[in-house]
Amino acid sequence: MKRRKFDLAATPGKAAVGVDDRFAVATPLRKLLNKVFPDHWSFLLGEIALFSFVVLLLTGVFLTFFFEPAMTEVVYDGSYAPLQGTPMSAAYASSLDISFEVRGGLVMRQMHHWAALLFMAAIVVHMLRVFFTGAFRKPRETNWIIGSLLFWVGFLAGFTGYSLPDDGLSGTGLRIASAIMLSIPVIGSWVTSSVFGGEFPGTIIISRFFIAHVLLIPGLLVALISVHLGLVFKQKHTQWPGPGRTNNNVVGERMFPRYALKQGGFFMVVFGVIALMGGLFQINPIWLFGPYEAWVVSAASQPDWYVMFLDGSTRLMPAWEINIPIGDGYVIPPLFWPTVVLPGILVGLSTMYPFLEARQLKDRKSHNLLQRPRDVPARTAVGAMAVAFYIVLTLSGANDVIADKFQISLNAMTWAGRIGLLVVPPMAYYVTYRLCLGLQQHDREVLAHGVETGIIRRLPDGRFVEVHQPLSASNGHADGHGELEYVGWVVPKKMNRLGALGPAIRGFFYPIEKPVEAPVSPGHPPVEARPEREEIGSGESRR
Amino acid sequence: MSTHTEHQAPQGREPLDVNDPKLTRFDIVREGARRDDIEIVHYEPQVLPGTKAERRLTRVVAGFFLITGLAATAFLAIYIWWPWQYEPGRGGDKFYTPLLGATLGVALLAVGFGILTWGKKLLPKEVSIQDRHEGQVDSEGRTITGQTMLYMADELGVKRRPLLGISLLAGLAPVGAVVAAPLVGGLISKPHKNNQMFTTGFAAADGGERIRLVREDGRPIRPADISAGGQLTVFPGIDHGVSNRHADSPTLLIHLRDSDAQESRRANERIGHGDYMWGNYAAFSKICTHAGCPASLYEQQTNRLLCPCHQSQFLITDNAKPVFGPASRRLPQLPIEVDSEGFFVAKSDYTETVGPDFWERP
Repeated sequence: MKRRKFDLAATPGKAAVGVDDRFAVATPLRKLLNKVFPDHWSFLLGEIALFSFVVLLLTGVFLTFFFEPAMTEVVYDGSYAPLQGTPMSAAYASSLDISFEVRGGLVMRQMHHWAALLFMAAIVVHMLRVFFTGAFRKPRETNWIIGSLLFWVGFLAGFTGYSLPDDGLSGTGLRIASAIMLSIPVIGSWVTSSVFGGEFPGTIIISRFFIAHVLLIPGLLVALISVHLGLVFKQKHTQWPGPGRTNNNVVGERMFPRYALKQGGFFMVVFGVIALMGGLFQINPIWLFGPYEAWVVSAASQPDWYVMFLDGSTRLMPAWEINIPIGDGYVIPPLFWPTVVLPGILVGLSTMYPFLEARQLKDRKSHNLLQRPRDVPARTAVGAMAVAFYIVLTLSGANDVIADKFQISLNAMTWAGRIGLLVVPPMAYYVTYRLCLGLQQHDREVLAHGVETGIIRRLPDGRFVEVHQPLSASNGHADGHGELEYVGWVVPKKMNRLGALGPAIRGFFYPIEKPVEAPVSPGHPPVEARPEREEIGSGESRR
Repeated sequence: MSTHTEHQAPQGREPLDVNDPKLTRFDIVREGARRDDIEIVHYEPQVLPGTKAERRLTRVVAGFFLITGLAATAFLAIYIWWPWQYEPGRGGDKFYTPLLGATLGVALLAVGFGILTWGKKLLPKEVSIQDRHEGQVDSEGRTITGQTMLYMADELGVKRRPLLGISLLAGLAPVGAVVAAPLVGGLISKPHKNNQMFTTGFAAADGGERIRLVREDGRPIRPADISAGGQLTVFPGIDHGVSNRHADSPTLLIHLRDSDAQESRRANERIGHGDYMWGNYAAFSKICTHAGCPASLYEQQTNRLLCPCHQSQFLITDNAKPVFGPASRRLPQLPIEVDSEGFFVAKSDYTETVGPDFWERP
């Protein structure tokens, strides 16, 4: 029999035809490869959250191989000498073993913890980006709600996670969590007793938190993240205004190859940064805290940063106990308001915000173009108010540390927080509103009169004026130049943004390339030929 | 933009014949994009083939990838050969985790920077415009789908035969409860079993002996063991009294100075707790009435007890009344005395509820 010639070069092609014969994927695949993504540095914040989540899954699976989620009492006999012979729970002992007996276990544990902090931080910063640019408006309200929920589910993931080692610090956190559940009117004691399987701490909470932390919550996170990404994909990304960009198109690059390469590279960078942090920066050294014992706590016991704002609200809450004199009497403890009611209000307000704003503005249109924060002063100011509120609470969550380090009275710190919580947000609103208006005004001024050149000219009558470089060509106005319309995007305010002063020549010892022409603005792709420019110095003085 | 006007009416454009041998590969790519309503309006190589810039960038990318290889090899070598077992004191093992993190981090960062440089600098820059089809509501589609669904509802005939719908709902409601019942039923646990929320380890068994106050190691305490102004955390002298099984029992035994003790006793008498102290000794629950942390920072000079979790402060000489912070209820006091052998015992259990507040606390 004659041997068929094997053509190596044709193999991929043949395989591709074979696949398409069976699955008919050629056209859908082309559509996927061709999908256009707009680009801006601020769009990478959500990706940091996504990539941290991937790292969390990878390192978390490793940790489950060695962690024992049980509260059985054991006596530690591992290699960490200071705790040898100490009775502790199996969960704490196995966490110590991950740190000391498992080769490379500590770096994985620390990477897992740092990735969690980064995940939450990226979610918050991404949320701020989406809020301040108006990316949550119709048609993306659903994705905004999913994003807000992701923060709270991530919060739960973090809390259940750092409770697992059952060390002195996390046990105190669990104690507070049980008190928070207890404070709920009517059903509080039933909820606590059911969650903990009896009176605190019981013997089952660690195994319940474990299954929540490794299965239920991650499952929910994966589901929410999938829908979140699916909607971004389906509804297409928002984009900044700019040349050629309309509400009806997406200007950017196709997904493959450049965009995908950049994403892949960025994932590796995020992963690398987490690895560096996990190796070089100590986090949660549980062996220093000892096992959880109900009577032991130290000062400066702070939760992870994303829990601190609730800790702060709890510290600031005045001791207002509500007594209901019916029968034996009933109590609503002060703990209920800052830890149950406040988060409830925050969830409600944040998820409802897109609808509140649309209702207020009677805005029923779809928006795919982003807004600069300065162009929507009311929203930006509301956002600044929320951020100020959050920062006051977070700082108050560490007010004992601040009091200690800066030699301030602890009670003064608490009062400063109480007053600050009421006073700082409105101030932030006012200041932000004025800043936005000021920035708007400056943009309009540059569009009308041009860029400051730094060239001072003396007029025949002795006055000194600064020469301005107008941005638009002459149109016969008295000024000698026309006025440009604001298009919702960066207005060049320095001469080198106009190309009049080229960017610095690159290279350390010798120039590595010929100086390129400066772009009109960093975000603009040069899709249009730049208009002819006038020579510097020909502009008129301002007014 | 000429391309844009063409883009406005994609239907009006004749599709190219992609089998035309005169077309370049890029022509076909561009045609594919056009069929997806994408116009590639700008496509510009960033480096020209064969230039110095291209060679330089290639070297940079290759350099990054080689660094990755080196760092990853170093990671493996350290992982295998570096002394990693924990030893007390200073030693090479303290550098194990930092070295693993540093090598892994450098390996990942370098491969990341290599890929980024490749993508950002070596690949052509492009600007493409894709149509969103925003606002072009497919009203026909809506009508068809809507009518189809209404038709389906009609076929089911729930409107004509309402009994079906009602009986289905009536049948499904218990099924939903069946799903929830095992979960709720299994988890639910009565909070007042054995009166557990109102008792602590100091509750003497019926007719049993009064319970001693013991230290962490189980030894009982004589009055002389605490100097004036000092304090000691004590536990019920029962089985597992020191463990977390009795997490509500830790108590702070304080030996007050004379003047403070008199003030304390007067305060005790005011609320009918005249016999709770023994001599100059008073015992208060250590479990904060706010959130259950141990209120354990005792300041001798002011007789204040501070809870480090939320900074509630309790004035010991005034029945441990909360004087600052979020706590709203005083720390319960344990009535104590000294038994015939000279050790501290609890006269009875706490007479108030220990620990954080809840709805039905009397």
